[in-house]
Amino acid sequence: MRLQLQSNITKPDNFYNHLIDMQRDLSEEEVQMMNAKLILLLSNHIGEEEVLFEAMDLAKP
Amino acid sequence: MLNTYDYPEFDYQQSAEQQSGELKRHPVVIIGAGPIGLTAALECAAQGIPTVVLDDNNTVSIGSRAVCYAKRPLEIWDRLGVASPMVEKGISWQVGKVFFKEKLAYQFDLLPEQGHKMPAMINLQQYYLEEYMVNECERQELIDLRWKHKLLSISQNDDIATLVIETPDGVFNMEAQWVIACDGANSDTRKMLDGDFSGQFFQDRFLIADVVMKNDFPTERWFWFDPVFHKNQSALLHKQSDDVWRIDFQLGWDADPEEAKKPENVIPLLKQMLGDDCEFELEWVSVYQFACRRMDKFRYGRVLFAGDSAHQVSPFGARGANTGVQDIDNLGWKLKLNLQGKAPIELLDSYSEERVFAADDNLMNSTRSTDFITPKSKSSRVFRDAVLQLAEKHEFARPLVNSGRLSTPTPYLQSSLNTEDEDSFSNCMAPGTNCADAPITISGHSSWLLNHLGGQFKLLIINEDAAHSVEQGGVKADTLKLGADFEDPEGLVSQRYDGDQGAVYLIRPDQHVAARWRKFDEAKIKAAIAKACCQH
Ligand SMILES: Cc1cc2nc3c(=O)[nH]c(=O)nc-3n(C[C@H](O)[C@H](O)[C@H](O)COP(=O)(O)OP(=O)(O)OC[C@H]3O[C@@H](n4cnc5c(N)ncnc54)[C@H](O)[C@@H]3O)c2cc1C
Repeated sequence: MRLQLQSNITKPDNFYNHLIDMQRDLSEEEVQMMNAKLILLLSNHIGEEEVLFEAMDLAKP
Repeated sequence: MLNTYDYPEFDYQQSAEQQSGELKRHPVVIIGAGPIGLTAALECAAQGIPTVVLDDNNTVSIGSRAVCYAKRPLEIWDRLGVASPMVEKGISWQVGKVFFKEKLAYQFDLLPEQGHKMPAMINLQQYYLEEYMVNECERQELIDLRWKHKLLSISQNDDIATLVIETPDGVFNMEAQWVIACDGANSDTRKMLDGDFSGQFFQDRFLIADVVMKNDFPTERWFWFDPVFHKNQSALLHKQSDDVWRIDFQLGWDADPEEAKKPENVIPLLKQMLGDDCEFELEWVSVYQFACRRMDKFRYGRVLFAGDSAHQVSPFGARGANTGVQDIDNLGWKLKLNLQGKAPIELLDSYSEERVFAADDNLMNSTRSTDFITPKSKSSRVFRDAVLQLAEKHEFARPLVNSGRLSTPTPYLQSSLNTEDEDSFSNCMAPGTNCADAPITISGHSSWLLNHLGGQFKLLIINEDAAHSVEQGGVKADTLKLGADFEDPEGLVSQRYDGDQGAVYLIRPDQHVAARWRKFDEAKIKAAIAKACCQH
């Protein structure tokens, strides 16, 4: 499997809004912790090392 | 401080060669009688090679050092006849607990795979381990163990090394065809040969305490990340024999080692950790700084480096002695074949090749543990803490927690001694892998497969009729045949060696697979023996 780079989220605005909303009242530290947990949870859901590494490469500045 | 152990004092004796002033040439001289030097002496004796072992001291390892020995070194020591007292005296634990801040994050049970003679690991103080090996060395006629013999300098040409040795009776010289340098992390031999030793030094210090517990405490491994009693650091509690417990405290870089070691500072820390009602006494306290580094190569002319002199790892995952013992496993038979003129010096370069590969694997593993336990950046700290918080409720995060991984052998999958598979096999037991153990019976008596492999080349024959011993260039491989020499009552040999469709394994003297086929073919076996011995 390769990293899905076509749109895959049915309601993009909903998802994005939810993400931003959840972090609205968090401190910088809490945001960092939440993001880290999110990465770990989603990575485990995906599971495949190849896909995960591809995403990491794409995200790298 | 309390003492549960009486350190033996071994006698110094002047050797005949020093007394007479005659220059003697020995096949193998071993520098250092730590766990690796002693293992080397036993290995050489098992191969029929006489050795002289020199140690500048006259007792066993002082204080708190290695605790944890894994299955593979225990199997090697079993082949050398010294594992039983270790396993008997050692402690086995099953349950591990991981704490994060003020609470238990989760606990786990090791549940080791059944059907192996040796346990997955034991905990035992290093001085016991060394004492048992010294006892065995003294029983062996081929081993000449010499205490209070310090190596002062070494020089060598293509064929021999000359050693200058100091004893209480003065200085004398000896010659050796091969030298095994097992003189530890600060190896004098390495310095004398200008050996390249580089890697990473960790900007951290650890307080290591051994305490004797007076009340009952469960035989479990407890690891704390960022505990309330020791903020921002880590701590480990581990049981050894004689009710002695090992406690590791991460101190950080700024700590003053001398201050930290003082009982008036250690005891309050321990009280917070163990609870006020716990009664204990200090046995030993020391402060260490750890490094991860290795030599560029493990053979320098006639000198072969093994153990801490060749590579040093941080103790997370308990790898130092474990990996050093496997160096010797790899080296013994190669030395023997070279001394007998059956293998060229290249075979000893394969020692360096295979064990450098294993050292890198160990260094990688212990660096990973160190990075998890002591995160080096803010973001790695955040990820670490996120893993620990998730681990409390979610199973998926637990395998990400790294408080030290059990030391397992590194298969030599890329080794130049291997013959590549030409038949199809499942992935386990590929050439370069150490042999898995399994219960067997011989004439109705229970035994273990590994007790019948090793020491010399062997052909393990499973479900294949045609088979006989094979000789190549003076190296003989006898057969060990299912049905004829042993039975496989639980079917585990067949299963672990993918033998249902027939299998012929060429097994090296260090119990590693050199080659395998589905059918017996003498010409192919000869070629594989030649390859495994670098014979051209
Ligand atoms: C706190 C701590 C915990 C550890 N825990 C573990 C663990 O759980 N599991 C594990 O596998 N490993 C562990 N280790 C590592 C383990 O202790 C070492 O890897 C092991 O002792 C290395 O053995 P060695 O024989 O190579 O060297 P050493 O044990 O250092 O022995 C070297 C010997 O050479 C002698 N010598 C030195 N110079 C000379 C000279 N010039 N002439 C003659 N003799 C000389 C010394 O007297 C000594 O006897 C731990 C280490 C520490 C510090």
